[in-house]
Amino acid sequence: MSDKSAVIKRLLFLGLLLLFVFFIPSSFFGQHEEEVHLMTGKEHQEVEEEEFKAGEMIIEHITDAYEWHLITVGDHHYSIYLPVILYDEGEWHVFMSSKFHHGHDTYMGYFISKNDMNSGKIVKLDGNGNEIRPTLDISFTKNVLAILMVMILMIVVFISIAKSYEKRKDHAPKGLQSFMEPLILFIRDDVAKASIGEKRYERYVPFLLTIFFFILFNNLLGIVPFFPGGANITGNIGVTGVLAVFVFIITTVSGNKNYWTHIINAPGVPWWLKLPIPLMPIVEIMGLFTKPFVLMVRLFANISAGHIIILGFISLIFIFGKMSLGLGYGVSVVSVGFSIFMNFLELLVAFIQAYVFTLLSALYFGMATEEAHH
Amino acid sequence: MSLINPGFGLVIWMTIAFLVVLFVLKKYAWKPIMNALKEREDSIEEALRAADRTKEEMKDMKLDNEKLLREAKDERDAILREARKVKDKIIEEAKAQAGIEASNIVESAKERIENEKKAALTEIKNTIAVYSIEISEKILREELKDKKKQESYIQKLLKETSLN
Repeated sequence: MSDKSAVIKRLLFLGLLLLFVFFIPSSFFGQHEEEVHLMTGKEHQEVEEEEFKAGEMIIEHITDAYEWHLITVGDHHYSIYLPVILYDEGEWHVFMSSKFHHGHDTYMGYFISKNDMNSGKIVKLDGNGNEIRPTLDISFTKNVLAILMVMILMIVVFISIAKSYEKRKDHAPKGLQSFMEPLILFIRDDVAKASIGEKRYERYVPFLLTIFFFILFNNLLGIVPFFPGGANITGNIGVTGVLAVFVFIITTVSGNKNYWTHIINAPGVPWWLKLPIPLMPIVEIMGLFTKPFVLMVRLFANISAGHIIILGFISLIFIFGKMSLGLGYGVSVVSVGFSIFMNFLELLVAFIQAYVFTLLSALYFGMATEEAHH
Repeated sequence: MSLINPGFGLVIWMTIAFLVVLFVLKKYAWKPIMNALKEREDSIEEALRAADRTKEEMKDMKLDNEKLLREAKDERDAILREARKVKDKIIEEAKAQAGIEASNIVESAKERIENEKKAALTEIKNTIAVYSIEISEKILREELKDKKKQESYIQKLLKETSLN
């Protein structure tokens, strides 16, 4: 009963979110083409370029960067500069991102692209004047730093919890331990045990707990708009892709005979769906890849969408502020109100998406290890 | 769009970071946490089971106690009944005994009274005989004081005798 209502609630919120993604931001995406000019030059350093492009600003905020911009005071940007590591034409180039001067300068032929596909990434010009990426770009970017911080945070938090479990053996949990224990028990009992089964779930619990808390911590930190947070990690398709690939690898490796039989030669399916054209096997094999793909896209899209909406609302203030100062102040009230609402929604989505990703991973593991029961 | 163009460097860093987190947490966090949770659950379950067992035992004990009590009551009742029976019997016997005794006493008393009566009567007869003889002697002596009267009486007696 409670399962059903939880599923309905989840669907409701996902639907609401989709509604926002499809209808509201479209008005913002349209605006950046009009090159709305902002009267006050606070946003930009250059005096001659006093324009505000909402779309660019939003994309800039939710994509990876080579420096971590902290704050702009007057004309001065304060950033954490991170090392750029490039391997190009048989050579390694390692330098600090401060060399680009916030994307205004070119260093050793490399510069930060403003071109749509590679925007925000380091490129150089080839002979024909086209932007090309270096062979290998393993720069220590903003998201890498954020992942590292979350990683350290997770290790510190959970090892300290593990210590308090050892110290307070057989006692009621306390402090941080009692905050995390319901979540840990929830993942163990209602996700792992329920989806994988009593006998085999234990092997997968560490992985499920790790992805759940990794996604949750990143989602929550992503909502925080300033330094330790603010990096859009789980809204980065590379990060969610890596998580999905891990799920795919574990599912494939732990797939038993029953699982592969169902894919190659599904029992109970009419023979003409398998011969001469192997329709069902093709669909099933495609399913192997679509499952992790969907995992990747769902998390990325949900988190990015939330950020885009909030940034959109904030952009509205500057867009209307350009038209008239009074209008800008008036809209700011509405915008901030909506942003607050969205922040609460994102808080909810942070938990829901971490849960959904973990639950679906557990379900895939469960399918891979299920024994035949005919 | 750059939003859906994953950075290769980030993918590599992410993979390394995630693997490190996974293995460190698996070894130093999840394992002890899971063990501790399991241990605690086991100990709670054990405690609950023990409580159940104790309850069951208590119930048994209560039943035993009730049984004992009932038995004791029954025994007491039996003893009382027995005692009452014995009492009645004793009283009955005593009554019977007393009756016999009483009738014996009455019997012997009657006998003695009879004896006494007989003795008294005998004595009275004897006394009366003695007195009668004395009175007859006195009367005879008075009658036969003069010779003539004696003679006449003898004559009369002889006459009577000779007739036979």
